[in-house]
Amino acid sequence: MITVRDIHKSFGKVHAVRGVSFNAPDGKITGLLGPNGAGKSTTLRVLYTVLKPDGGSADIDGADVVTDSLAAREKIGALPHGAGLYPHLTARENIAYFARLCGLDKAEVDDRVDQIVKLLEIGEFAERRTKGFSQGQRTKVSLARALVHNPQNILLDEPSNGLDVMATRSLREIILKLKDDGRCVLFSSHVMQEVAALCDDICIIAHGRVAIDDSIDGIRERTGCDDIEDAFVKAIHMVGPE
Amino acid sequence: MRTLLTVFLKEVLDNFRDRRTLGSALLMGPIFGPVLFAFVINLSIERSLDDAETTLELPVIGQEYAPNLVAFLYSQNIDAIDGPADTAAAMDAVKTGEHDVVLVIPEAFGEQLAGMVPARIELVSDQANSDADRDARRVRNSLYAYNQTLAGTRVVARGINPRALQPLIVDEIDVSTPSGRSAMLLGMMSYFFVFAALMGGMYLAIDTTAGERERGSLEPLLSLPVTRDQLIFGKIAATCLFMTLSLMLSLTAFYFSLNFMPLEQLGMTPNFGPGVVLAALAIFLPFILVGAALMTLVASFTKSYREAQTWLSVVLIAPTMPILIVSILTLRPRTEFMFIPSLSQHLLLVDMVKNEPINGLHVAISVISTLVIGIVLTWVCARLYRREGLLG
Repeated sequence: MITVRDIHKSFGKVHAVRGVSFNAPDGKITGLLGPNGAGKSTTLRVLYTVLKPDGGSADIDGADVVTDSLAAREKIGALPHGAGLYPHLTARENIAYFARLCGLDKAEVDDRVDQIVKLLEIGEFAERRTKGFSQGQRTKVSLARALVHNPQNILLDEPSNGLDVMATRSLREIILKLKDDGRCVLFSSHVMQEVAALCDDICIIAHGRVAIDDSIDGIRERTGCDDIEDAFVKAIHMVGPE
Repeated sequence: MRTLLTVFLKEVLDNFRDRRTLGSALLMGPIFGPVLFAFVINLSIERSLDDAETTLELPVIGQEYAPNLVAFLYSQNIDAIDGPADTAAAMDAVKTGEHDVVLVIPEAFGEQLAGMVPARIELVSDQANSDADRDARRVRNSLYAYNQTLAGTRVVARGINPRALQPLIVDEIDVSTPSGRSAMLLGMMSYFFVFAALMGGMYLAIDTTAGERERGSLEPLLSLPVTRDQLIFGKIAATCLFMTLSLMLSLTAFYFSLNFMPLEQLGMTPNFGPGVVLAALAIFLPFILVGAALMTLVASFTKSYREAQTWLSVVLIAPTMPILIVSILTLRPRTEFMFIPSLSQHLLLVDMVKNEPINGLHVAISVISTLVIGIVLTWVCARLYRREGLLG
């Protein structure tokens, strides 16, 4: 369960996030939807604690991301935007490295890596060094790395970027599996169709503010648009640049 | 501690897998030194042998005016050969490098000599050319000797003891030992040790910040439930390991290559046995931490791997500067020098190579102050690793 309360973040003169609030409950998929530069990545970066908000607060299962950031990190698995792997390590070694850093002991590491390799269907290329992996293979390994310690809350920043249809589909299946497991999944995207197909709740962000936070039907109703793309565009125009 | 070890082991494995980088870091640094060194030593041996043994062919203008002088030069292993036409031509020939030295004997030479007037001869050389200057010096010394001989003959003819012309005898007593003489040249070794150590850890130091960021693995790493201190300490520890490996290789390479250098011919017997090699390693170890932290620190300010490489090549030079300055000014070890990392290690190594007693206080100051500086730099690195700006 992720709670975000009125967070602000500026980079120099750029006020990237200006008061974003939302809830991402367990057992549901929450989508952060917005055009490029809307503040989605910044919001997620605050949640996985690599950025400190200038104002407001956020917590992960009750652990504040600023004052108790280590505990907050224990409860999340994050897939940052454009996450990279260590090219000289095999896929399995990449995953196991993160598992060990998460505090799993040796036997647990082997067990969990085996499970996650099976779950994400990585087996075929698990023993190969990740140098030269395709985008889809890289995303799968990065996702496995984020999930290896069995986190309750999962943050995915534009996970489907650069994936082909097959890879996107298998990613979608994984996300649905996580939801059925009772996890809290928060993921960002700029593709309305993708979000609509997956998410229970959608939080549309534009110009660093929340335009609408509702279910897909709720959004259709409030924008008066049946077509999801039209609804998205209309929602974005609900908040001005200032 | 477990996290630190995990990071350390991963970095070690990762770096060992990267054969190309490892090759350049662990081979370039350690081997570059001894090879360059052997080259310089052999060159200086060649030149010092040149001096005494080879016959110098000296273009002499107007040989016919001074047959006795030419004969005297011949006895000094200097053969007179035909030179350019006149003084002007001789100056041109020296300027263009056709000849190094030309001796000009004017027509009036014999007459002046007979008339007891100081007889003028001209020696044309380019004093800016150090190689040519050696030949000029040799000719000049022979001419002085001829001068002395002539003066002696003249006073004998007047019934005066020629020793009256020599009121002083200067006896030079050289107290330098063969080990001491080698120290000047072998002082260069510490430069290569510092260089090899830094090269060995450079890539890892860059990888800690700029490399991880460029690869996109920094954010996933920072989102893990570990403190950033543990990450950076593990990475600095791995950097230290590779620096130590590189330093050990460099020491070993020098140990073996010195056996193949004809140093005895230069009157040098460096004290660089296995014991000194181990002592040198121990003395340089605290410097490893300073180097690792310094490189990590500099790399953390850069935006990309390339920029980091550019900056770190400057860092490679920085620790060698004090060594260079002290070598040029030939300063003796002083207590205050022992507070300066790299310089203190250099001075202690020179003393060991010279086979001179080592000052225990100097060793203690060197080790403690270098370690303190290393720890402070590491602490600064850890502080900087907590910045948001780290993400670039």
